[in-house]
Amino acid sequence: MSEKHQIIPVWFFVGSLLLIYGVLILGSGLMEWSHPPEGVQLSNLHAPVWWGGLLVVLGTIYCAKYYPRSEA
Amino acid sequence: MIATMALSAPSTLVHLSGVDLAIIAIYFLLVLGIGFYLKKFAKTGEDFFLAGREMTAWVAGLAFVSANLGSLELLGWAGNAYQYGMMAAHWYWIGAIPAMVFLGIVMMPFYYISKTHSVPGYLKLRYGTEASALSAVTFAFMTILMSGVNMYAMALVMEVVLGWSLHFSIIVSSLTVGVYVAAGGLFSAIFNEVLQFFLIWFGALLIPILGLIETGGWSGMVARIHERFPGQNFTHMWGPMSSPSNNPMGVHWIAIVFGLGAVQSMGYWTTDFLVVQRVLSAKDVRSAKLAPIIGSFFKMAVPLIVILPGLLGLAVLPFHLVPGNQAGPGQFKYDDVLPLMLARYCGPGLLGLGITALVAGFMAGMAGNVSAFATVWTYDLYRPYMRKDAPDAHYVSMGRWCTIIGLIVSIGTAYLVQYNKSMMDYVQALFGFFIAPLFGTVVLGMLWKRVSRMAGFLGLLAGVIMSVTAFLLMKFDPSWVKVFAFSSLAQPLAQAMWQALWACVTCVVVTVLVTLVDKPKPDEELRGLVYALTEVPREEGTSWLHRPAVWGVAALVILAVLQIIFW
Repeated sequence: MSEKHQIIPVWFFVGSLLLIYGVLILGSGLMEWSHPPEGVQLSNLHAPVWWGGLLVVLGTIYCAKYYPRSEA
Repeated sequence: MIATMALSAPSTLVHLSGVDLAIIAIYFLLVLGIGFYLKKFAKTGEDFFLAGREMTAWVAGLAFVSANLGSLELLGWAGNAYQYGMMAAHWYWIGAIPAMVFLGIVMMPFYYISKTHSVPGYLKLRYGTEASALSAVTFAFMTILMSGVNMYAMALVMEVVLGWSLHFSIIVSSLTVGVYVAAGGLFSAIFNEVLQFFLIWFGALLIPILGLIETGGWSGMVARIHERFPGQNFTHMWGPMSSPSNNPMGVHWIAIVFGLGAVQSMGYWTTDFLVVQRVLSAKDVRSAKLAPIIGSFFKMAVPLIVILPGLLGLAVLPFHLVPGNQAGPGQFKYDDVLPLMLARYCGPGLLGLGITALVAGFMAGMAGNVSAFATVWTYDLYRPYMRKDAPDAHYVSMGRWCTIIGLIVSIGTAYLVQYNKSMMDYVQALFGFFIAPLFGTVVLGMLWKRVSRMAGFLGLLAGVIMSVTAFLLMKFDPSWVKVFAFSSLAQPLAQAMWQALWACVTCVVVTVLVTLVDKPKPDEELRGLVYALTEVPREEGTSWLHRPAVWGVAALVILAVLQIIFW
């Protein structure tokens, strides 16, 4: 992102946040799999599991692609 | 202590679990960490106030569109969609896309080539100190008030939705924003806006997905709305606009096309420094031209997470929402529709993500206002009028102090708004007073080299006076609504469009008349500032895929198709 400054790309921070949130949401979705929360519509679709999984995949891709590597 | 402050309010709309609180806490830790990390890069004035002018088109474009994706807008427009239906999407489509493309293709080269650091800075180069000072003082005043309004709105939403006390939300949000903006300047604000962009999309996109599954798709949703609200047209954009009496907004299509599309949105997207500052951080002219156009594609998609949840609320919520000033105990107001839909579909984890997106949106709104205030105060008021020749480090230090002082004033504003709720409407109306005439002044100055120094100033002043007059007359004597808006049925949103149109027309007429009798500025003072005297870099060597104009046309074609689909 920067030529003047060697700043870690913002995309790496985005990836880290998505990855951490993905793990938390996926974990929470798996834990409630057999006891869906009351009052939440369509809980039978287990949205936290597939949405959390999507965040994990995207976060991992961003983190891997924009991981700050020192230039030789 | 903090937990006691946070949980002192009695009733809440949703309840957070441990994982939700962890998600919110991680966000706060990350933005503070990013602020401290970026501090070492924000050493010069250009770094602190313009993020080093080294952002790529994508980063500048996302920050540009994100600066307008604050939580006030999200909650308000979802509420408007519940109240007015699909017509609310006009503010995202015709009320944004043509202006963003116009900024990228026509206006950005002048802003960028002139090397200005702000919109008042451009006015100073083009017209002189009178127009610049008027614009800088009003902008600085408005941004600081808006930051306070954002702070109060966030505290209020957190109180209603989560049960957090007002004091807790105000203290935590202002401390966090103060630390990360004072440390990293515009770098921090832009990084946070990009994070916020992703949070809002991933936090809100599940609502339309699950809502459409529940209603059986678009046609199922429309059928349910017709069943619950017989005789009302909530799902078309242009059809109900042949007459103000045919739609709940009381607006005619002429006001949408000329008031919203040609003036209000052009004024906001091309001259409000809060959004333009993001594009000025781009690394070169091509990136600066491309950034608003990239932003326009995302802006076109925002109705998916704002308008559609409002429509789904009409279709599935088991009760009817009411206007904010009519909500009694146990009733929900229009602006609650987004949190209600979030609570309907999102359990632990997903709820935390959605709430974090709202918090991020509010804090980005404050950070955007405070960083723009620091720039305008330091470069357009302090440097020219108080201390001209200080070293660069002095101005950076002033920018950091401005951030802190600006936040303290914002906190004061937030508490003032708490005790005088109508002030919030007035502060939001303030922006409308200046933005529409400012567009007339800036665009005439860019495209017509004959416009003189006094013509620019007097045109701007006349436009502002016209805008304030129209607002006050319509506010305090409803008989004037028919005069300015051509229909007594016009609601506040429609009145604002006509007010903008009148203000801009007044500004243009006065500017042209004064120009015709005044002496123009010499050509040598206008090089790089006006169309006839500026060499805009050509793009012959660039492949068509990388040309901003190609993508600008693509955005306009998609916009036209969307209008036809939802006619």
